Amino acid sequence: MIRIECPVCGQRPETEFTYGGDATVRRPEMTNEDPQAWIEYVFMRGNPRGWHREYWHHVQGCRQWIVLERNTLSHEIGQAELARDAARAWSRTSEAAE
Amino acid sequence: MSHYSAFSIFKQAMRGNRGWSRAWRDPEPKDNYDVLIVGGGGHGLATAYYLAKEHGAKNVAVVEKGWLGGGNTGRNTTIVRSNYMMPGNTMFYERSMKLWEDLSQDLNFNVMISQRGQYNLCHSPGQMDAARRRGNIMRANGIDADMFDRAEVQRRLPYLDYSASARFPIHGALYQGRAGTARHDAVAWGYARAADKHGVDILQQREVTGYLWDGGRIGGVQTSRGDIRAAKVALCVAGHSGHLAQMAGLRLPIETHSLQAFVTEPYKPLIDTVISFGAAHFYISQSDKGGLVLGGDLDMYNSYAQRGGLPIVEHTLSSAKALMPALSRLKLLRHWAGVMDMSMDGSPFITKTPVDGLYLNGGWCYGGFKATPASGWCFAWTIAKDAPHPDNAEFRLDRFERGYQIDEKGVGPHPNAH
Ligand SMILES: Cc1cc2nc3c(=O)[nH]c(=O)nc-3n(C[C@H](O)[C@H](O)[C@H](O)COP(=O)(O)OP(=O)(O)OC[C@H]3O[C@@H](n4cnc5c(N)ncnc54)[C@H](O)[C@@H]3O)c2cc1C
Ligand SMILES: [Zn+2]
Repeated sequence: MIRIECPVCGQRPETEFTYGGDATVRRPEMTNEDPQAWIEYVFMRGNPRGWHREYWHHVQGCRQWIVLERNTLSHEIGQAELARDAARAWSRTSEAAE
Repeated sequence: MSHYSAFSIFKQAMRGNRGWSRAWRDPEPKDNYDVLIVGGGGHGLATAYYLAKEHGAKNVAVVEKGWLGGGNTGRNTTIVRSNYMMPGNTMFYERSMKLWEDLSQDLNFNVMISQRGQYNLCHSPGQMDAARRRGNIMRANGIDADMFDRAEVQRRLPYLDYSASARFPIHGALYQGRAGTARHDAVAWGYARAADKHGVDILQQREVTGYLWDGGRIGGVQTSRGDIRAAKVALCVAGHSGHLAQMAGLRLPIETHSLQAFVTEPYKPLIDTVISFGAAHFYISQSDKGGLVLGGDLDMYNSYAQRGGLPIVEHTLSSAKALMPALSRLKLLRHWAGVMDMSMDGSPFITKTPVDGLYLNGGWCYGGFKATPASGWCFAWTIAKDAPHPDNAEFRLDRFERGYQIDEKGVGPHPNAH
């Protein structure tokens, strides 16, 4: 049983969550007309053997989406944060990069 | 190497079984191969065998990081069937079924193919309609399929729950009589022995850790025990596809997930067929040793750990009990997991890749054991001719950009949902 540290509810068993997959995937800008960018977004995955940033939905708890760091080789659990905080941090860094 | 036959068993028995020779050699690698296959599971060994047998390839090697069949080939629940309905899949799996039927004779090795039939149970009128459609598509393609109503299923499988309180009432079943099981290890060993007989070098305990490059082209592999040069490198590494592709700079439409299987203590003959529950992901058969073999769902999250979690143990066993209440009295003997290469549409890849000299066989999801013979046969064709056979023509990586996903279940690009 994986125990996930929900930023709202504290440590809860994996059975309260639904898995949402790779959290490093970014949707291209809606104005992006390059099909390759959309194919990458919808279908291609890094699939790392080791640390993985991934979405989990606390459906049977606070119903927040969180971004969890988890090791796919050892099942070790790392940091968890609310997905909206992760998204804000990401948009700040991408704005800075522009 | 001796030919296996009733006569050879008799002859060896008379000599105290001291005269058997080893089933395949353990050679030192040559400096250079025409084709080097990475992964000594069923698919890699079958590819090597058909390359040598069908295409006359003389200089082929298989490199395996552990032992033959130690991956998913030796961990799977051995169900063999060809009840597919999507263009691109249907005839490929039927080719496999046909190869299975003669495989023991072809390899001179008993792979214990047992065509004991498989029932896909339906639990609602909607599922009956979907099963009928699938059955009709199979029949239209010359594949055997039968629809049974509830009374016929009850006559054939009296031990399922037909009571008024059954959580998922059984409405009927789609049945494939030619489906069944095979002996997983024997498939790896049979192909290994037959490939070795055709001169293929099988190199165990060598992990591929990187590639050799000739400019932009693959020129061989680096292994934990030295470099080996090869004109063509072909990946058959199941759950490790993403990892080996990444070393060549490729991203794949694949996620690696873990899938568990279970076996109970041995029991007297009870289930003489294969039964798939339609209400949850669960299926059951009985091994020749008497153990009931159970399989269920993925653990659902990406994993390379080759072990599963307890929630799926509970899920699988409660499905077992919902379907066959009498099972609650049996004890589990063992459970284990394999790492699955789950693709974005649930269908596999047998193809050239954008990297010159690199070929990919992967994305087998839950169901690659049944595919083993046709997978090897079609991959050998693709490698030898540098073009796909019609039966694997749709198993290309570019099907996603062309919009031709082969999504049997129709669930979209969610690898854990297939
Ligand atoms: C629990 C479970 C139940 C299943 N049930 C069924 C079923 O009922 N029916 C069905 O049709 N299919 C089933 N499958 C799927 C099936 O087992 C696989 O799709 C199939 O066996 C894959 O064969 P393979 O030869 O591609 O892979 P494998 O047998 O996994 O072989 C890949 C090999 O590559 C080697 N390798 C990996 N990395 C490297 C490297 N870097 N260097 C060298 N070698 C490497 C591995 O050690 C391994 O031996 C099941 C799988 C599991 C796990
Ligand atoms: Zn929560």
